[in-house]
Amino acid sequence: MIDALLLQIGYNATLVTLGSAALGLAAGATGTFLFLRKRSLVADAVSHATLPGLALAFMLMVALGGDGRNLAGLMFGSALSAWVGLLSVSWLTRKTRLAEDAAIGAVLSVFFGFGIVLLTVVQTLSSGRQAGLESFLLGSTAGMLFSDAMLIAAGGLTVLASALALRRPLLLVAFDPGYAETQGINVQRMDLAIMTLVMAITVVGLKVVGLILIVALLIIPAATARFWSNRADRVVLLAGLFGGLSGYVGAAISATAPGLPTGPIIVLVGFAFFIASLLLSPARGILSAVVRHRAYQRHVHLRQGLLSLAQNQPVYEAMTRCLLRRAGLVRADGVPTAKGHSHAAAALRDETRWQALRSSAHLSELSARDDGLTLILDVLTPDQIAELDRRITSEQRAI
Amino acid sequence: MGAEFVILSLAPLLIGIFAAVACALPGNFLLLRRQSLIGDAISHVVLPGIVVAFLLTGQIAAWPMMLGAAGAALVAVVLIESIRRLGRVDVGAAMGVVFTSMFAAGVLLLEQSDTSSVHLDVEHALYGNLESLIWLDATGWSSLLDPVALQGLPPELPRMALTLLAVACFTWIFWRPLKLTTFDEGFARTLGIPVQLISLGLVVTAAIAAVAAFDAVGSIIVIAMFICPPATARMMTNRLSAQIWWSVAFAALSAILGYVLAGYGPLWFGATDAVSAAGMIATVSGLMLAVVATIGPHRTA
Repeated sequence: MIDALLLQIGYNATLVTLGSAALGLAAGATGTFLFLRKRSLVADAVSHATLPGLALAFMLMVALGGDGRNLAGLMFGSALSAWVGLLSVSWLTRKTRLAEDAAIGAVLSVFFGFGIVLLTVVQTLSSGRQAGLESFLLGSTAGMLFSDAMLIAAGGLTVLASALALRRPLLLVAFDPGYAETQGINVQRMDLAIMTLVMAITVVGLKVVGLILIVALLIIPAATARFWSNRADRVVLLAGLFGGLSGYVGAAISATAPGLPTGPIIVLVGFAFFIASLLLSPARGILSAVVRHRAYQRHVHLRQGLLSLAQNQPVYEAMTRCLLRRAGLVRADGVPTAKGHSHAAAALRDETRWQALRSSAHLSELSARDDGLTLILDVLTPDQIAELDRRITSEQRAI
Repeated sequence: MGAEFVILSLAPLLIGIFAAVACALPGNFLLLRRQSLIGDAISHVVLPGIVVAFLLTGQIAAWPMMLGAAGAALVAVVLIESIRRLGRVDVGAAMGVVFTSMFAAGVLLLEQSDTSSVHLDVEHALYGNLESLIWLDATGWSSLLDPVALQGLPPELPRMALTLLAVACFTWIFWRPLKLTTFDEGFARTLGIPVQLISLGLVVTAAIAAVAAFDAVGSIIVIAMFICPPATARMMTNRLSAQIWWSVAFAALSAILGYVLAGYGPLWFGATDAVSAAGMIATVSGLMLAVVATIGPHRTA
C-alpha cells in the first residue's frame, strides 16, 4: 500500500495513478461551479448521454477499417453525443413545461437506453472479437497505454486551465445570476461554458472511472470542499485538492490487489473524505454542531438553576442539579455553597436589570438582545446600568 | 401469432408492460412534485442491496434480493435526508453523493465476492434480461388454460402483475390525498391530511415498483418509465386523471413497440441478432417524448 502511494509498484500503476490524480483535480475544480449553481445532476445526464456516441464512434471507425478502440476517436464521438444530450436537457427545460429534473431523467435514461441498443449491435457486428466497450460503463485501467494516460492528463489539465480562466464570471453566475446579468455577463453563455467543461471532464474520465460514476468526481469533491470554506475561490481550490487526492489515493489502492476496480475505489475514497468532512468540519460539521448545542444547553440549564437558587426554590431537574454540583455551586444535598449564593445573586441581579431595561423608555429597544444568556454587562455601559439600578431601587421602594 | 409467439414473446411482453405501467403510475406524482430523480437514485442503489443479499444468503433468490434492494433504497433515502439536513447540502448534490457512492460500493462488493458461478453482474443489473424470460412449457395459446403449463411461467410475471396491482390500488385508494398533497401541500395540511405520511407512502410505493421491475427488466427501464411516460402525458393534458391514463398508454405502448422493434426490427434490416429490448423500450419512450414535446397540445404551461 505504501509502495503504491509512493508510485513504487510498476510503470503502468504509476501511469494510472498520475492520470487519475490529474483527472480528479480537474473534475473537482470544475464540479464546484456546477455544485454552487445547484445543478449537479445535469452532469449525470451528460455522462449517460455519452454512450450512444461512444458506440457510434466505434462502429464508424470499424466501418472505415480502423481499430475502433482508438481512445481519441471514442472520446470525440462521446463528446458529440453528450453535447446532443445537453442540448436536449436545455431544450426540454426551456421550451416545454417540464422541470429540469424531469428533463435530466428523461435524457439520461433514453440516451443510455439507446446506447445499450447500440452496444448490443456492436456485439453482434464484431462477433468473436471483443469490442470491450462495456469497460467504459465502469471504467477500466487495465492495459492503459502511455498515450491514453497522456491524453487523459492533458485533457484534464486543459479543462482545469479553462475553468480557472473563467472562474470569475462563472462564480458570479453561480451565486447570483440576476446580478451577473446586470454586470453584462451573458448568463446563458456562462451556463453553457460550465456544461461544456463538465462534458469535457466526462469524456476525459470515461476511460478511468466509467460513465456511470464520473458524475461522482464532479459532485463529491465540491460538496466536501464546501464544508471547509465559505469563500468561493477557496472552495474551488479545495475541491480540486480533494478530487486530486481521491484520484491519486484511489488509483494507488486499486493497483495493490486484483478485484479493486479503479473507478469505484476512487469514488469511495472521495466519499470517505466527504463523510469525514461532514463529521469534522469546524464550521458546518455534525460534531461541532453537537458540541455547540451541548454548550448552549449547559449554559441555559446553569442560568435557570442559578435563578431558582436565588429565589430559594429547590432544583429538581436532574441535568441542572448535576451541572450545579459539578461547578461547585451546590452541595450534594442541593444546598447552595457560598460560591453558589454569590453566583445566584449575580444571576438574579442580571435578570432584574433586563426586566427593568424592558420597561425603560429610551433603552427598551436594546432588550431585543435578551436571549436569556447574554449578560447585561455586555450590552450596556456602566452609566446605563447605574441608571437602571437607580430605577430598580426606586421601584422597590414604591412597593 | 402462433405457438412460437406464446413461448418466446408473450411472457416478456407482459412483464415489460406490467413493469412499465407500475413505474409510470407513481412517476406521475413524482414528476409533479419535482422528485423525478428519485427513480434514478433508487435504481442505482439497489445494486449494493442485491449484492449484500446474495452474500448473506449465498443464492440468487427473488425474495432476499428484493428485501436487500428495498433495504438499500431505505438506507439511501435516510442518507440523502441526513446529508441534506445535517450538512446543509442541496438535495441534488446530496443525491449525487449518495447514489454514486452506493453504486460504487456495490460494484466493489461484486468484484470482491465470488459471483462467477451465478448470473449476477453489473450489466445484468443495468439492462436486465427481458428476452430470456421465456415460457418453455407453453405449446400454444391453449396453454393459457392449462394449469400444468401455467406452473412453468417465469416467476417474474406473477410477481410483476402483483406489484402493478399493488401500485394501482395505492394510487386508487389514496387518489384524493395524493392529488391534494401534490398540488397544494399547505391546503392539504389544513384539511388534516398527513402530508409527510403520504409523501413517504409515495416514495415507498415507487421503491417497491422500482425494485420489482429492476429484478425483472433492469434499471434502464425503471428510470425511463418513471420519467418519460408521465412527462409525455404531462404535455398532453392539464387534468391529472387524464394525465395518468395517457401515461399508462404511453408506458404500455413503449413496452410493446420497444420489445417488438428489438426482437424483430433487426431482422427487417437483414441482421440476424436481436438488440437489447430494455434499451429499445427506453429509446421508444424517449422518441414519444420528443414527438409530444414538439407538437403536444399542452407542451408549454
